[in-house]
Amino acid sequence: MASHLFCGRVNLNILREAARKDLREFLDKCSGSKAIVWDEYLTGPFGLIAQYSLLKEHEVEKMFTLKAGRIPSAAVKNIVFFVRPRLELMDIIAENVASEDKLQPRDVHILFVPRRSLLCEQRLKEKGVLNSFTNIDEYILDLIPYDGDLLSMESESSFRECYLENDQTSLYHAAKGLMNLQALYGTIPQIFGKGECARHVANMMLRMKREFAGSQTQILPVFDTLLLLDRNVDLLTPLATQLTYEGLIDEIFGITNGYVKLPPEKFAQKKQGEGGKELPTEPKKLQLNSAEELYAEIRDKNFNAVGAALSKKAKIISAAFEERHNAKTVGEIKQFVSQLPHMQAARSSLANHTSIAELIKDITTDSWLYFILCNMVRNAHLNMPDVFSQTALLSCVSASEDFFDSLTVEQEFMTGVDTDKVSTYIEDCIAQKDPLIKILRLVCMQSVCNNGLKQKVLDYYKKEILQTYGYKHILTLKNLEKVGLLKPQSTMRNNYPTIRKTLKLWMEDANEQNPNDISYVYSGYAPLSVRLTQVLARPGWRSIEEVLKMLPGPHFEERQQVPTGLHKKRQPGENRTTLVFFLGGVTYAEIAALRFLSNMEDSGTEYIIAATKLINGTSWIKSLMDSPEENLP
Amino acid sequence: MTRAKPEDDEYWNSSKFKAFTFDDEDDEFSQLKESKRAVNSILVDDDDEDEEDVERVSWSGEPVGSISWSVKETASSIRSGSEQSFPKIDTTPSLSKQGSGYSLSSLFKAKSKPGAFQSFSESFSDTSSRTYAPELRKPKSGGKDVVSDLSPEETVRRMQKGRAFSLEKFCSLQDKLLLLDEAVAVYDGNVITAVLIFLKKSLSKEILFRELMARDVALRHYVHYLKEMGEQKLVVELLKALGRTEDMALMHYKEHLNIKDESRRRDFLKSCLSLPFSQDDATHVQDHYTLLERQIIIEASDKKAVAEIFKKFPRKASILNMPIITTLYYSCFYHYGESEGTFSSPSNIRKTFRISEKQYILTALGARAKLKSWFDVDSLFNTKNWLGYTKKRSPIGFHRVVDILHKNSAPVQVLQEYVNLIDDPDLKLSGALKYKCHDIVINTYRDLKDRQQLIVYREKLERDSPEYRKIQELLNNVQIRWKN
Repeated sequence: MASHLFCGRVNLNILREAARKDLREFLDKCSGSKAIVWDEYLTGPFGLIAQYSLLKEHEVEKMFTLKAGRIPSAAVKNIVFFVRPRLELMDIIAENVASEDKLQPRDVHILFVPRRSLLCEQRLKEKGVLNSFTNIDEYILDLIPYDGDLLSMESESSFRECYLENDQTSLYHAAKGLMNLQALYGTIPQIFGKGECARHVANMMLRMKREFAGSQTQILPVFDTLLLLDRNVDLLTPLATQLTYEGLIDEIFGITNGYVKLPPEKFAQKKQGEGGKELPTEPKKLQLNSAEELYAEIRDKNFNAVGAALSKKAKIISAAFEERHNAKTVGEIKQFVSQLPHMQAARSSLANHTSIAELIKDITTDSWLYFILCNMVRNAHLNMPDVFSQTALLSCVSASEDFFDSLTVEQEFMTGVDTDKVSTYIEDCIAQKDPLIKILRLVCMQSVCNNGLKQKVLDYYKKEILQTYGYKHILTLKNLEKVGLLKPQSTMRNNYPTIRKTLKLWMEDANEQNPNDISYVYSGYAPLSVRLTQVLARPGWRSIEEVLKMLPGPHFEERQQVPTGLHKKRQPGENRTTLVFFLGGVTYAEIAALRFLSNMEDSGTEYIIAATKLINGTSWIKSLMDSPEENLP
Repeated sequence: MTRAKPEDDEYWNSSKFKAFTFDDEDDEFSQLKESKRAVNSILVDDDDEDEEDVERVSWSGEPVGSISWSVKETASSIRSGSEQSFPKIDTTPSLSKQGSGYSLSSLFKAKSKPGAFQSFSESFSDTSSRTYAPELRKPKSGGKDVVSDLSPEETVRRMQKGRAFSLEKFCSLQDKLLLLDEAVAVYDGNVITAVLIFLKKSLSKEILFRELMARDVALRHYVHYLKEMGEQKLVVELLKALGRTEDMALMHYKEHLNIKDESRRRDFLKSCLSLPFSQDDATHVQDHYTLLERQIIIEASDKKAVAEIFKKFPRKASILNMPIITTLYYSCFYHYGESEGTFSSPSNIRKTFRISEKQYILTALGARAKLKSWFDVDSLFNTKNWLGYTKKRSPIGFHRVVDILHKNSAPVQVLQEYVNLIDDPDLKLSGALKYKCHDIVINTYRDLKDRQQLIVYREKLERDSPEYRKIQELLNNVQIRWKN
């Protein structure tokens, strides 16, 4: 069930098991039959830890969603609330508890995730229900194992809290999570970091360690290095459109807690004898993780390389099924049959991903094709007859250009082309009332790539945005300014070109099919955050001191003492293991780039990735908006 | 993206939107489809086995057996019979509580003592076990904590661990501040907030504000706490005291989002005008107010409007709270041609809100084209030079004008006129090709002396159509010196 957690270098299933054990213990504490009332947001993250069967084994008979009013009737001994520590939820709980039947009292419990809050308890007290609870407990769910090499805190608003509201609670949770991780996987001897928040987390960790000195875990360290990275050190990467398979799935459909919801049309299976069956109208939900062999293989590829991979796989599977004709002896047939379940799983996995690839292609292809053609014409690698090329190009232009156009503009910005002028493309997008988030993503990108916009340019964009999308977005624009995504150019020189050149953020000939550099994940742009990680491993940050100084926040190195006898003796040729923690969120493309580094033959380092949340440009900008839900065209 | 290898191009080329294909035969994608079909046809009759190794997913989307699925499932089917309980299975009999090395709880939890005493004054007591971070040395004491004369350090520690504590003994200002500083030093937001609640109750506002000013972290938590509690007024006061007047102004302004009634919202926005915004924002807020005020007037009169246009195109929604550009569009749609003196006229709105010429033309064009008022469209671009000749001029490229006209299904004659006005010859040609303005295409190729293209284009036309004949004539014309 959690096979995806075993496959990495570090067995993250230990963490999951620990979390499950905690859950069981809490459930057993409320003895007797029980109903769980869920804060709906938590069902996703909990799904990564446990299935309903585990709860059932511990006498959970009913589950409800937390709603105002009365709890639906259920003949159980206990009512257990699983909630985040939020005041508005406390009000609902108070209402629920107050309307409980006084004649048939049930035990009421509350489990705060990830931590209890005195503020919430005070609210319950004010509402006069605090004493109704038999148990008030907390369930530490800081770092949730997401995949074989991936941990997430699933903390949606962490970036907003840290950089906009100056609320560092999520950093405290991150530090706590890292302490728990060290309790299970041993002390991490080396800590590197870049950024204010990174510094803060490292400080908290060191202090917590001092306080608990003496309770050293006697575990051989699994991780050699921890790298803490602030998201605001690299504001650029999440703004760019991810071009890996998984990244595009996230950009287009959105992946939540490891699941994606897809339009159902392409998934309708036509079975014999069910001719007139209606198409399902509800979205198809699929789990995406490395337990699925095919997905693990293609998720991190550039989308341009996915088609070939899928067709290769199809041939292999077809051939495998053809084998049945060659099976002559009983033994051979038996052998074939024993492989059937695996083959069928592979077949349905292939069918799913072919459908997803088709869906993505519908959105991206025409422009893709156009792009490829343009390149051909430009590079004159292919001598097409004049007539042919021109009409072909023109017919492509008439098709959906949107994806390609916006990709072109992004790439221009990232290479530093025309970042100091008003972009006519952005202007046109505003005139067409394209989604506000798309506009903001592009304007922010331009600002970041120009180290701030000229006052005149900034004012122009602001005016256009406010007039077209509404004046109330003053608040959102202000937020973007506060976190540094949007800013007027200071008197300082634009240092982005220096950063770009030193860190080789733009690679002209990114190879998408057989990549030799991380830049393949954005078809040319190498994510800054991952470059920093790469340089740290080799040759070390000392080689880029100048650039590090240009990026915000301090960079530092700390060492933690490992008890004698627990020093790791590395075998020659054995890789180091580094945990990279993204404070403020990480994108799938960055994860792909880190996996690419892990798999490089001579990299010498394998990476485990942790983040406050998996993000993309859209979800990220949305988290920074005020009242984003209304008024999105 | 850079060039893909040819073999993969084949995959993409076979998109079902066949814009252009290198080679229809034998492309990998159709092969892929075929193989998929082939694979699908095998063993289809056994559905159940089909999904054995794959996680079951119900069509409602949720995987069967997942928590979110079960929440819906158990909530919808209310079963009777409380007796029906599930057998409890201890799945971890072999792991001892302490020594597993796998359990966070065995490492970090204090022993629970259910039903501990519950006393509440300014103290929070143990209701049961608390889970907390690594901490093995501490004695496993439950509810019997002695809460007396504890240092700030000890108190904060107890708060962190969820044990009984009392803050009331921190009487003097100095003690209170020591407590606050200690809470800040452990970074635990939960504890910091609890201390701040205590300080808020026991200190005067002025003193608290003064002390917070010197304590940045505590201050941030306090602001956050007040926002959480919805104490907007106090936040505004605090920000004012801190000299963060702009933040204060924005904070106040944000409140308007919660006001649904438009007149009250308008009055509220009016009250915002005097706030210390930055210069830019002050203008925007002023515009916001003026706009809503204007919209309320227009809405009131248009609701009962009887003019022909309202009957022909009934309004789909109210204009209240729409952005200014939308309002302008509305005005160009329903109130075009009104004199500048009226509030609802496009020219008045354009002037009041300093709308750029570009935006104005785009919006007016969209609205008039929607109504198919080609005459109005025409006059939008007319300018007279000093000799009195009219000339067409546009602040947005004519190719954009053509796009917008096309989207509103303008007839070819209208499109043709504007395609002709496109400056850039390449754009002009592509526009003409796209919108089938044959004359322009033919004339362009003629001017380019491009015989080959004309021949190609001829093939796309209906035989014996006027355009076809026109090309025929040109090709037969011996006077033209073709370049190819």
